[in-house]
Amino acid sequence: MTIINYDQRLVKSKNPYPRGPNDWKRFFSFNTDAKVIGIQYIVTALFFLLLGGLLGMLVRGELITPPSDLFDPTVYNGLYTMHGTVMLFLFLFPMLSGLTNLLVPPMIGAPDMAFPKLNALAFWLVPVFSIILLLSFFVPGGPASSGWWSYPPISIQNPLGKMINGEMLWITAISLSGISSIMGAVNFVTTIIRMRAPGMGFFKMPIFIWTVLAAQLLQLLGLPALTGGAIMLFFDLSFGTSFFRIEGGGDPVLFQHFFWFYSHPAVYVMVLPVFGIFSELFPVYARKPLFGYKFVAVASFGITILSLVVWVHHMFYTGTPMWMRNLFMFTTMLIAVPTGVKVFAWIATLWGGNLRLSTPMLFCLGGLFNFIFGGITGVMLATVPVDIHVGNTYFVVAHFHYIIFNTIAFGIFAGIYHWFPKFTGRMFYEGLGKVHFALTFVGATLNWLPLHWAGLLGMPRRVASYDPEFAIWNVIASIGAFILGVASIPFILNMVSSWVRGKAAPPNPWRAIGLEWLLPSPPPHENFEDDIPTVLNEPYCYGLDKPFVQDEQFYIDKSFKKH
Amino acid sequence: MLSENKNPTINHNPGHVKHDGHNMTGFIIFLCSESIIFFAFFVGYGILKVTAPVWYPEGIDGIAVKEPLINTVILVSSSFVIYFAEKSLHKKNLWGFRSIWFITMLMGSYFVYGQYIEWSELSFSLQSGVFGGMFYLLTGFHGLHVITGILLMGLMLYRSFLPNNYQRGEMGVESVSLFWHFVDVIWIILFVLIYLWQ
Repeated sequence: MTIINYDQRLVKSKNPYPRGPNDWKRFFSFNTDAKVIGIQYIVTALFFLLLGGLLGMLVRGELITPPSDLFDPTVYNGLYTMHGTVMLFLFLFPMLSGLTNLLVPPMIGAPDMAFPKLNALAFWLVPVFSIILLLSFFVPGGPASSGWWSYPPISIQNPLGKMINGEMLWITAISLSGISSIMGAVNFVTTIIRMRAPGMGFFKMPIFIWTVLAAQLLQLLGLPALTGGAIMLFFDLSFGTSFFRIEGGGDPVLFQHFFWFYSHPAVYVMVLPVFGIFSELFPVYARKPLFGYKFVAVASFGITILSLVVWVHHMFYTGTPMWMRNLFMFTTMLIAVPTGVKVFAWIATLWGGNLRLSTPMLFCLGGLFNFIFGGITGVMLATVPVDIHVGNTYFVVAHFHYIIFNTIAFGIFAGIYHWFPKFTGRMFYEGLGKVHFALTFVGATLNWLPLHWAGLLGMPRRVASYDPEFAIWNVIASIGAFILGVASIPFILNMVSSWVRGKAAPPNPWRAIGLEWLLPSPPPHENFEDDIPTVLNEPYCYGLDKPFVQDEQFYIDKSFKKH
Repeated sequence: MLSENKNPTINHNPGHVKHDGHNMTGFIIFLCSESIIFFAFFVGYGILKVTAPVWYPEGIDGIAVKEPLINTVILVSSSFVIYFAEKSLHKKNLWGFRSIWFITMLMGSYFVYGQYIEWSELSFSLQSGVFGGMFYLLTGFHGLHVITGILLMGLMLYRSFLPNNYQRGEMGVESVSLFWHFVDVIWIILFVLIYLWQ
């Protein structure tokens, strides 16, 4: 019978996993291993987090006093434009691609991504477009300074009349970033659809995989619209066409439609994997099954579909007809439903749980708290009358920083800490992690909470000087920004020092359920190699008598075997 | 430790052997995404055409349909020709495949040539208002895809001479053929928008 087959396999499988490659040079080469690419992405992104943070602190330094004394207003325009661009396209997207690269293959039991070479190519485009973007600081006229959304007519003015100007380099960099993201998205979607372990049906996938699938489908559907818009903008800027030039019969608002058709869903591309991280981590650190697994999973797709039909809420004050405003107000508010499903599921997971307040959990709880706050201001902004009142004020800035930093970056930090032992094979220092969390939470709150008041009082965004009545809120915000800058010190210290000489990590330090935790730390080159487990249940059965994979003990024993 | 006899039908599954050839899935996903760029251009074209105060540049009140129609017929029929090329390959008729495949390439090249002739005879340019920009943007972007398709076909033709090329399936040929159908469908929409909706 099959018993003979099984025994043969057993003989083969008794060999421990081979030692993973341990050569630091591979991180600087064109390597096709998803785990190497993931770390390349994450380290590159963290570098740009520091750069974007520095630009942000320069902006806050200018705003600490009402007059524009630190920088010329033109320089200030370039600073906030580059701050936004660096943070979104050079930090957040590469960071999430990195986490996705690290986590997707082990989590679904695949040896690697579906297209390893394409994967490496997608990564190596990041330094290329980063350099192009940063070079724009050194061209005559300085970097792009029309804000990260680059609206015409400001963006197509080209006052110096030079062929190579900041705006042109900006569009080139963004288009290359788009190409890299599409390569990544094709890869992730194919991998998730085709390479799951046996038994892992869609409703047995980890939520992180669900959210990655939802987010990457959104990339595929939305990003080409921005690419189309960017090509037309490029032609207007460089070749004298008039797609968006009102004097040539064009329509500047058309660009806003192209831009927001992608750039609103882009927020969900970034936030969905973070929802995934929350959904993975809360059950681990609360020792309870994820509440409403199927609803949380399906809600991701609810968000994907709805987020494609909400973009006009960014344009309520650009002469949009009333029926359009009402329609998009409705769809925008509707998106609170699937999001609310997730939030309630997380709270229900935490309810009565045995919480372990370690660093990843603290970042998750902080992120959830901030997300609820940012979500409420989001619903406020979706309301047409409120939006017309506070549109383009610091209220909007405060709202989206609550989502983008206080939720998404918090979730990213939680994910980095949670999976750090798995992929480096070292434990991090819990104390430094807690200091990092405390500084980040205090800094972020001081930075963006007061700006809500400044915005409600009417302080416009994107100006270098402002009325002295807003001074107090800006002083607090700037202090918060500098605390955030300081917060990066314990983080970097922790990461570098633990990776070099931290305690060796066991295969499953958090007693978590999940395929990646059945592998040794760090996982071998091809993850499970020829012993891919058969999945029986979704990975959230904490405290339940339901096995996760067939013959679980075999994999646990194997993961402990020394090389 | 290891429960050999408890569960004899246990299933340890081989890993990397299984994962070879998701190229078609990836390519279809890519094409869906690529079609959104064209979709964005088409929507932009429609909105600008409906709302622009001046549409055609001065001295022009439409563009000729006759030559582009011939071009269209050739491109659309090449989509059928490539289907027969693929079919001969499935029947292992290698020379039949190569010759019909080459005919498709010729038809594609004629399309590009016709496009070049049309461009050189037009009296307006990229800078001539919204229509000028849109016309050259759409036909140019589509033309780039046609040229890419022809180059890919050339690559497949070259590969068909390599020994053992089709041992791992005919995915390359199938993908290029799919791409050609895609380019074709895009052209039909483009033709309706630019030439028929005047």
